[in-house]
Amino acid sequence: MAIWFVEHWVQEVLNPIGLHTHCDPHQVLIGKCSGAADVLAAAEEALRSGVVSLVIAELTQPLSLTAGRRLQLASEAGASTGLMIVRDGMGSNATQTRWHVSPVFASDDSTQMRWSLNKNKSGTKMAWDIRWDEAAHCVSVVSEDVERVGSSQAAS
Amino acid sequence: MGLADARSFCPDLRTVEHHPQADQAFQIGLIRWAKRYCPWVGKNGGDGLSLDVAGSAHLFGGEDAMLSDMQMRLMRSKLTVCIGLADTIGAAWALARFGEGLAQTGKTRQALHALPVASLRITPKEDIILQRLGLKTIGQLADLPRATVGQRFGASVLMRLDQALGDQAESLSPEANPPNYATRLTLPEPIGLAKDVMAGVERLLWPLCEKLAQTMSGARVLSLICRRVDGADQCVELRLARALRDPSRILPLFAKGVDGIDAGFGIDQLRLVAIQVEALPAEQVTQYDKGHSTDGLHDLMTRLGNRIGLENIQRFLPADSHIPERSFIISPAAWSDPVGPWGYANPRPLRLFPPEPVVAHGNRPPNKFKWRAMSFTVGRITGPERIAPEWWLDDENWRHGVRDYWKVETREGHRLWMFHTPQNPNWFVQGVFA
Repeated sequence: MAIWFVEHWVQEVLNPIGLHTHCDPHQVLIGKCSGAADVLAAAEEALRSGVVSLVIAELTQPLSLTAGRRLQLASEAGASTGLMIVRDGMGSNATQTRWHVSPVFASDDSTQMRWSLNKNKSGTKMAWDIRWDEAAHCVSVVSEDVERVGSSQAAS
Repeated sequence: MGLADARSFCPDLRTVEHHPQADQAFQIGLIRWAKRYCPWVGKNGGDGLSLDVAGSAHLFGGEDAMLSDMQMRLMRSKLTVCIGLADTIGAAWALARFGEGLAQTGKTRQALHALPVASLRITPKEDIILQRLGLKTIGQLADLPRATVGQRFGASVLMRLDQALGDQAESLSPEANPPNYATRLTLPEPIGLAKDVMAGVERLLWPLCEKLAQTMSGARVLSLICRRVDGADQCVELRLARALRDPSRILPLFAKGVDGIDAGFGIDQLRLVAIQVEALPAEQVTQYDKGHSTDGLHDLMTRLGNRIGLENIQRFLPADSHIPERSFIISPAAWSDPVGPWGYANPRPLRLFPPEPVVAHGNRPPNKFKWRAMSFTVGRITGPERIAPEWWLDDENWRHGVRDYWKVETREGHRLWMFHTPQNPNWFVQGVFA
């Protein structure tokens, strides 16, 4: 079960029809919050309860150190995962890891993405090319060499 | 008389719409009030009450005094009331509607003698037949031989006559009290600690939940009213994501609200009311349910709901439409169940937004275009998929006619869902794929 918090004025909505290839939309709840503070408070509450396995919050303002640390503690208390979707350059220093995910064009595959780990408190930074395997219903890592050859062919 | 006729007689006529439900609720309120006179109070049609005052009139100083007391109290609350009191229900009905007053014990026949036959609770058709035959009053009807009346006017007229005169028994069915889901605790000394208030709430919750269990219902909205020593009330409202009657689950949900109470000089009375109650039949619990319990989730929804509003926690439900933005509905999770199959043959974007225009020409996606201040070169296109507007719904966003949707994969990485409106040539971006 996942719960996704957004501010109520955000017009971009999650499309369950597009989501259903990745997971069951019935397993996702949306929490429309009236402000940035409510998003954080609701996310903390959900993380601490531990009944949802994934809490996603879309943030529109930079996360303060205090707020980030509170969310971190709540997630440890509830043993659940929290994902904050932050805008460029708005990440908090309290976070354990920060990822940047961007779609990548590949000649033979339209699900390829680059997941780059920008910040990692307990390890090194890295980047992976990932593709979504619909049949196996999971992500798989693309070997970099193949990707380079493929992209150069497509470019020529 | 129709409204137009009535207006012609009285141009300043004021009209008020008829609210049957409100009238019914008022009648139930009046029944509760009337129980001050006697315990047996029943509904009498949509506009009356019947009271069995046998044995309770002396408490008010006799029947006359009781009637005048009733009349005075109702008049004070601006109600016009006609009261009849007699030995039988039928006679009291006739007196209340046609004569008004009191028939002495054993003098029912004399009291009814001059009243019109319509006061016998007969149908309008029977009334007309009796009138045509010149039988204007109950006295005239009662004087006829019984066999003739039965043969000519049917058994129902005879039955009503017998009921009015007391020859046939008729029972009054009193209305049951509506269940009252409220409990109260008065304290000898004022309290101020949140822990003490919670202990009080716990004491109130058990009897309340027992009451709910008796009627197989569960509370949806609860209200805790704490009366302070200085008379100011503090109210804590708890809206639950599911109907509940389990005290051990409701109690922790009150914790946050109770923390916010301003106790002032202390609280000396607690009152817990279930404002909104829903049917909650007992359910068979299987071994499977134990592993897949959603209780924790509903408790979380309740706690979140009390912060961001219960209707703001939403879930997706499938809808039967080809229009992308109408192929799902977003409904409050507390009032819906996750049902219905998902699935769509054609790829759909992960995120949808209102269409954003793109400068382009032609009916195939452009090779280069700009969107959100970014330039894109097209790498691969898939499509088109034509979606026609639903003509039976007038949707402003679909005024441009049919749309040809393309999945456009750009060399920069973005995978966009674009559409072209051939009837009104324009290009738009409406979604982003994962």
